[in-house]
Amino acid sequence: MNLSKDTLEKIDAVISRYPEKRSASLMVIHLVQDELGAIDLEACEWIAQKLELQPINVRELITFYPMLREQPWGKKHVRVCRTLPCALRGSYATCKTLEKKLGVKEGHVSENGEYSLEFMECLADCGEGPVVMVGEETYENVDCKEAEKMADLLMKDKLEGSKKFVSYERNLVTDPPSKN
Amino acid sequence: MVTINLNGKEVEVPAGMNLVDAAALHGNEIPHYCYHPQLSVAGNCRMCLIEMGTPMRDRASGEAILNEDGSPKIGWVPKPVIGCATNVSAGMHVNTESENVKGCREGIMEFLLLNHPLDCPICDQAGECRLQEFATDYGRGYSRYTERKNVKPKRTRLGPRVTLDDERCILCSRCIRFSQEVAKDDVLGFIDRGSFSTLTCFPGRELANNYSLNTVDICPVGALTSTDFRFKMRVWFLKETKSICPESSAGCNTLVSSREGEIYRITPRRNDWVNDSWMTDSGRALYKSVKSKDRLLQCTSKGHLVKLDEAISEVIGLLNGSKLAVVGSARSTVEELHLLNLLCQKTKAKKFIRGHFGEDDGILLSADRTPNLRGALATGFSKTYPKNNLSDLNRALSKKQFDCLLVVHEDLLNGQVEEESLQGVKVIYMGTHRNPTSQLAHLVMPTLTSFEKSGSFINRGFFAQSFEQAVPGPAGLLPDALIFCKILEELDIGKRFSSDLKEIWKEMSKKTNSVFKGIGFSDLQKNPVLIDGSKWEGLPFAEKKALHYDPPVRIAESAGS
Amino acid sequence: MIKRKVAEERRIILKHADDPNYSNGIGCYLREGGYKILKKSFKLKPEQIGEEVMKSGVRGRGGAGFPAGMKWKFLDRKSGKPIYLICNADESEPGTFKDRQIIHKDPHQLIEGMMIAAYAIQAKQAFIYIRAEFFEGAKILDRAILEAKEKGFCGKNILGTDYSCDLVVHRGAGAYICGEETGLIESLEGKRPNPRIKPPYFPAVLGLYQCPTIVNNVETLCNVRHIMEMGGDAFSQIGKPNNTGTRIWCVSGHVRNPGYFEFECGALTMGEMIYDVCGGLEKGRSLQAIIPGGSSAKVLRADERFKGKLKDGSEFDWGINDIPLDFDGPMAAGSMSGSGGIIVMDDTVDMVEAMANVNAFYAHESCGQCTPCREGVLWMRKISQRMCSGQAREEDPDLLLSVANQIEGRTICAFGEAAAWPTQSFVSKFKDDFIRKAKKPTKKKSPLQLI
Repeated sequence: MNLSKDTLEKIDAVISRYPEKRSASLMVIHLVQDELGAIDLEACEWIAQKLELQPINVRELITFYPMLREQPWGKKHVRVCRTLPCALRGSYATCKTLEKKLGVKEGHVSENGEYSLEFMECLADCGEGPVVMVGEETYENVDCKEAEKMADLLMKDKLEGSKKFVSYERNLVTDPPSKN
Repeated sequence: MVTINLNGKEVEVPAGMNLVDAAALHGNEIPHYCYHPQLSVAGNCRMCLIEMGTPMRDRASGEAILNEDGSPKIGWVPKPVIGCATNVSAGMHVNTESENVKGCREGIMEFLLLNHPLDCPICDQAGECRLQEFATDYGRGYSRYTERKNVKPKRTRLGPRVTLDDERCILCSRCIRFSQEVAKDDVLGFIDRGSFSTLTCFPGRELANNYSLNTVDICPVGALTSTDFRFKMRVWFLKETKSICPESSAGCNTLVSSREGEIYRITPRRNDWVNDSWMTDSGRALYKSVKSKDRLLQCTSKGHLVKLDEAISEVIGLLNGSKLAVVGSARSTVEELHLLNLLCQKTKAKKFIRGHFGEDDGILLSADRTPNLRGALATGFSKTYPKNNLSDLNRALSKKQFDCLLVVHEDLLNGQVEEESLQGVKVIYMGTHRNPTSQLAHLVMPTLTSFEKSGSFINRGFFAQSFEQAVPGPAGLLPDALIFCKILEELDIGKRFSSDLKEIWKEMSKKTNSVFKGIGFSDLQKNPVLIDGSKWEGLPFAEKKALHYDPPVRIAESAGS
Repeated sequence: MIKRKVAEERRIILKHADDPNYSNGIGCYLREGGYKILKKSFKLKPEQIGEEVMKSGVRGRGGAGFPAGMKWKFLDRKSGKPIYLICNADESEPGTFKDRQIIHKDPHQLIEGMMIAAYAIQAKQAFIYIRAEFFEGAKILDRAILEAKEKGFCGKNILGTDYSCDLVVHRGAGAYICGEETGLIESLEGKRPNPRIKPPYFPAVLGLYQCPTIVNNVETLCNVRHIMEMGGDAFSQIGKPNNTGTRIWCVSGHVRNPGYFEFECGALTMGEMIYDVCGGLEKGRSLQAIIPGGSSAKVLRADERFKGKLKDGSEFDWGINDIPLDFDGPMAAGSMSGSGGIIVMDDTVDMVEAMANVNAFYAHESCGQCTPCREGVLWMRKISQRMCSGQAREEDPDLLLSVANQIEGRTICAFGEAAAWPTQSFVSKFKDDFIRKAKKPTKKKSPLQLI
């Protein structure tokens, strides 16, 4: 198991904060998945040993939670919300548009491993639906027309610096550097 | 004991008892799948939903609130509650027959059968399947489901002895709880979620511990099945006989299932003082020895076939006037050991016995791998704790102390008795299977396995437990006890020796200071009887702490030395 | 008729949420008087804080609406086992997006509220269970906790006293059932988040690691801070009796200005919220239905009339626009205010498809532990999906209702009710739509595709 020293240190640090080792399961799995992309059987056994559990205990968790994966998503993972409030504002059309533009069906990874699309449940930003997440950024009000433009920028790798598409996270007020 | 109101009737039940068990005491079945009295409560099948109410108390004063007629006002819980998570308390009112409860049961039955495959014709569980039983008793009787059923892996190998069919699984989690709590081998789990949850092992691991077949017993449906028993016999043809497992001194209570003289499987029988509801996998496999190729089927004398009466006459001839040693077996029943003891007294023979020991797994496979070592002590056949070999006999034989040896059920050559020591000694072998000793014996008399006779064993907890004959033995073979009686009657002309088990127990209880005083064989047939083992407290018993067994605290050094 | 003046928002929790000069760092929080209430509370005895919360009458804002003071009272303080405080930041109820704002924009408010609550119940350790999709939120909270620790507001020897309480941010992994309090506790213990049976596993007695535990929503814990600032009595004067304080309402769906708004309980009616605050529906559209409390709440028809008696004995006769926005109002109308997520549906919505969308959500999120929810919810989804793909039958609505009735009240946790109520209400209130769909089965999806 090749994990970076940084990840190993973070894993040890996080385990120490819980009264029982088993509680750290989700956090450790997240750290391993962030580095390796997915938790295969070998990683599963390694995590089980680290937390003094049986491998089946870890596999139970990985297969239960949709965000924990045994196969990695693409390099750029796009999530579209399909639940009622976003669906009322057209998220199904958004998803179809993204499927066509990115060339990948929802729930799948593209051939070259670049993109993947997930039509998932409520992302808790319903007032600004349809909501689309790209990686860790949450983009709001992405109807099918906006989705086309967004996909174009994404495929050109220009989404992050875009002035038009500013994610919820980038929109937050940052600490004014002059104060504190 | 507390009084509860069960469907309008006031009944008495032990305080704090689980409601499902309490209702069963009074003939009232509360159907359930995931509840098991010896496992933790999961409460996820929801089949045991009933209506429950407790006497209302005033919030401030704690006084009981009364109705107009003086009876306590009952606060019925607005939603149905699960019986398996409820312990009885005084004054509780339980309704298991209301329309609401009936509706709950019909609903849950319908839900369980929704994604259940139509496997009854090919499923081993048919005839002992709780889905079948409860669907008949509490189900709606017709299906309204017209969608597609979920597809999951079928007939997968979960372990060397267990086959898993995930589509039949109702996700009650009994097998997982058993593996974690009783077998202490946490190897099973559910993956995925919702209706697609699937029982499995981690890829590369298996359910291979020595208690894996207990999950097959407790599985209420045909998801977990015994690979050995698969497709062999429909259970409604099987006759069930109560027996005791002869694998070790744990003395697991078993049920031997047979049809027309052939045993098909062995399953555990519930006994809350000895083995709960479990037994080892290795104990179940013992029935295969009944029809093994090594079975001794005919008497032989110097290699020639002889009839049984001829063999017995020859035995008498050999016993008369010789310096006799008798090797008894801790695998013989209490009654056989008693008769053998009598025989030794009459012939003034020296008695030898050995123990068979192995690793104690702390659950139901004790370190003492014989079922009746304490029977040898209790009947007086052995006064000391047997060693793991017959080196004492070997020494005596090398000093030419004996010229005749009656061996019951033991392989001398496997017990540190050298072949040279047996030179010139006439060996009479009584046993069930061929072994090196039976090969060189002068006279061989085949006997019956514990499945083919009745008797009793005394287990590690000093419980005397009886077992019944399950199948008839091979033609012409007699039980050990009868053979011993015939020999005794020849040695003591005029006296009658009965091989009837009840008579033998009457005799045993007559002996002065007998631990069997006041106990009859019919007592054993009803329940295991605790024998007073205090006389042997100081002996170095090999068993370790295990399920329902605490080794006696010894004043002497530990058994390991 | 003179229309009454529409109430203004009263932003207590979201005071600084949309202030362009307010960031989520500790600097801004301290500038606005942050952590002063923590200092004030630590001078009191823990029981006194519990008294204030009890007097305030604040009810849980996570969906169940159970009075928080009473929940704290049930805590088993005599067992000798350590006590834990858990903040439920696993906001997954469709239609709700209020905790997101608090976590991302004003996290120190939550931390201060949690520390006050932890001190009040003498918790040994506190956890924030945040949903994994809030990637930035978890980072913001981690940073905020470090900042708070540096200043001694959290962690060892808080404010120099000998009370210590570490605060750990625990990320979930995308399961709605982790929002259920015992499911959350199971997930925090590192097991599959299967909710526990109650009795006997009430969190206040047998919670995390079988120790007494309090699980509260983000908004509730923030309210604790404000209760300690103004006093429990003053807080109980806000809103209406039994519906005290402010609530953050999240409006989504077919309104012109959806978003989050904080109002005093009962200050606003449904009609005022939709038409005045949120700008009404799109041009040319009319209201068809509203779901008042997140997708688990029963749907209300636009043309329904609600009649009955309130808790104080007064009679009411409301149209949908008259329902007061507090805890008891939607409950009296036959639904519930739940987590405060109002979903508005206009006349372009096919009700059968809307129900199918909601059923698919619940079928996906069911944990699978108990029979009725596991099998029943998937069955309802399969029926609704079949109905929306051109194979609807006339007996389907009755079948759906019967299945939903078989789930309600028979499950381990409230997920059963949450899944059954939408189906029950859609089928009973929009039966004609269902029958029409069966009579004219078509594979063609309406322009607004919902399933």
